[in-house]
Amino acid sequence: MNVRAHMSMLFHLDKCIGCHTCSVACKNLWTDRKGAEYMWWNNVETRPGTGYPTQWESQERFNGGWVYDGKTLRLRLHSKLGGLMKLFYNPSLPEMDDYYEPFTFRYQDLFNAPASNDQPTAIPISMVTGEPINIQRGPNWDDDLGGSNTYAWNDPNMAGVPESVREQMQELERIVFNYMPRICNHCLNPACVAACPSGAIYKRAEDGVVLVNENKCRAWRMCVAACPYKKVYYNWSTGKSEKCLLCFPRLETGQAPACAHSCVGRIRYMGVLLYDADRIPQSAMVPDDQLVEAHRAVILDPSDPEVIAAARKNGIEDSWISAAQNSPAYKFVKVWELALPLHPEYRTMAMMYYIPPLSPVVSVVEEELYKLKISPDSRDFELFDHLDDARLPIQYLANLFSGGNEAVIRGILRKLLAVRTYMRRKSVEGEVDRKTMELLDEAGTNPKEVEAIYRLTTLPNLAERFVIPQYHRETAIESWTDPLARKGEAGFGALQPPQRGE
Amino acid sequence: MIWDTILFVIFPYIALAIGIVVAIYRSIHRPFSVSSMSSQLLERKKLYWGSISFHYGILAVLLGHLVALLLPEGLMLWNAVPIRLYLLELTGLALGIWALAGLCILLWRRLSEKRVRAVTTPMDLVVLVLLLVSAVTGVLVATLYRFGSFWFTAIFTPYLVSIFTFQPRVSLVAPLPWLIKLHVVNFFLLLAVFPFSRLLHIATYPFTYLFRPWQLVIWNRKPETAGKLSRTGDNKI
Repeated sequence: MNVRAHMSMLFHLDKCIGCHTCSVACKNLWTDRKGAEYMWWNNVETRPGTGYPTQWESQERFNGGWVYDGKTLRLRLHSKLGGLMKLFYNPSLPEMDDYYEPFTFRYQDLFNAPASNDQPTAIPISMVTGEPINIQRGPNWDDDLGGSNTYAWNDPNMAGVPESVREQMQELERIVFNYMPRICNHCLNPACVAACPSGAIYKRAEDGVVLVNENKCRAWRMCVAACPYKKVYYNWSTGKSEKCLLCFPRLETGQAPACAHSCVGRIRYMGVLLYDADRIPQSAMVPDDQLVEAHRAVILDPSDPEVIAAARKNGIEDSWISAAQNSPAYKFVKVWELALPLHPEYRTMAMMYYIPPLSPVVSVVEEELYKLKISPDSRDFELFDHLDDARLPIQYLANLFSGGNEAVIRGILRKLLAVRTYMRRKSVEGEVDRKTMELLDEAGTNPKEVEAIYRLTTLPNLAERFVIPQYHRETAIESWTDPLARKGEAGFGALQPPQRGE
Repeated sequence: MIWDTILFVIFPYIALAIGIVVAIYRSIHRPFSVSSMSSQLLERKKLYWGSISFHYGILAVLLGHLVALLLPEGLMLWNAVPIRLYLLELTGLALGIWALAGLCILLWRRLSEKRVRAVTTPMDLVVLVLLLVSAVTGVLVATLYRFGSFWFTAIFTPYLVSIFTFQPRVSLVAPLPWLIKLHVVNFFLLLAVFPFSRLLHIATYPFTYLFRPWQLVIWNRKPETAGKLSRTGDNKI
């Protein structure tokens, strides 16, 4: 057992209202620079939809992630030698038009325009060339258009959804979309790291953050193509790759990442997961439908004395172990088994987790009146027994979160519905009837667990949502230099402005 | 003549010194500025035709020069049969023209594509023009002064060896036609420009990728393993 710690974020999709506060917080903090304008380390997508960059999930085109052929795991992008041959031109790399050409508006025209009969306008100009452009697309172009034919039918995850279900989804009464915020998944088996010829990208062992060493990056840009989530971006001005750094400077000072901290819906949780690094390869080498189970098996129980001993042996501080025991991520992912990694079939073993969304109730038209489709059986108000009637097809969610395994999604949705039904009975009717208790049994849960899920879902305070251990940066410095010497040199380093190379 | 001494003795040493010293200095002290500065994100169609042609063409031609420098006897033996000589010369010329064509596409792309022009620095143009001079003179030399693979070993192999052994023999190159001289001087000019430009990416070609494990995991905190690259997976993946 080779125990390591990981900072993991968790997204409760039912709570996301699609306000993009996370994206803006991140943008203001990290990517408000020349060459980085088009980067959205955090973005919020409307699903079913095409996402950002457009159709990032179509790996036939972008060749991201790993492929398992039954025996070995290999990068979909290239072999090592093949990668070196493709340095001069990489056919799998998205181009700027797959994202968008960053633009601003010429605001000074509003003030400098000569007197005229017409109102002056601020015309859009490209932030690359500085010339006027006709805006074709933007970072969030299909916002709230997720259910529409143009965007939803071009969602790569709609593959495998039967034609009959697609037709149903087009009915106005059943149209549906949900929001999905995305950041770098800081994978356990990152494809960007494996694809970087310079060895500039690495995984930080202490907390699992995947970082680009920009001093080593030589713009071979294989990481951009290899990341199946398209979360490594190429800065066209400095000629270096950049990516989400999980706000490690904030984590190291005890604060949650900016996206999580600013979240209006409080959908995000942050906590430590202990995992067994020795089991990573075999967990990525299982058939698609077993991927979720194998992924969960890598995560270790932080209360198990054996795990604690092994963690201490690997130099993990006690503050991290106790943080792992209180981790909301551990509870949702492993104890309650409600949270899933995004696209486990990419086999990068994503360490950011999603709780799949429940669908809105289904309505039907009867005698030109809209009516909720509620069966007389009270337990069916939430479609507990009729998940296939849900507006968001199970197959679609399975394509997103479980490598096509519908049983995993059904189990989670039924548990979430059981929590809802139980709490409704308890708070509205004051008592929980036998039928509801049977429902809990069927969903594989019990009142104690339901109350705990309810509590952490709806009422957690900041300290419960973000359990961030002390980073002990002082030991990191001590291991390299004399702390007093370090203190003495503070502020006198020769900083270089990030300019385009000569 | 004094000019021959300046161009073929003094200048080569200055260029070599600048090329090596500045490249090392920049790699160590200004590593952030070292990059191949890919602009594929901004434009890809013309880059496909230009970059692949240029890079593979110029690499093959450079390799040919290197063979003539390092294995002159082998080359002479190969050229002993006329048909082999013709084949070698024709291949070399074709590769040179391929590189030249790629270079022209790259230059055209840099000037005609708005997005690419926006990120173009003066040094980018200097490099492109120098490379263009190099390719044009190279192709012309190959056509006008036939069988370079033959006379290179007699003139430039000993000349370059004399430079590297610090016993420069300017008499070898002095009587050459001006076109060949231009090609040589231009090469040393490129060498001098190399560390100040994006050309430095040649020196960082990542051969080590072939030998490293797929995953890189770096401990910062643990002194006993600090700095050592350990790996999560092993070579099984």
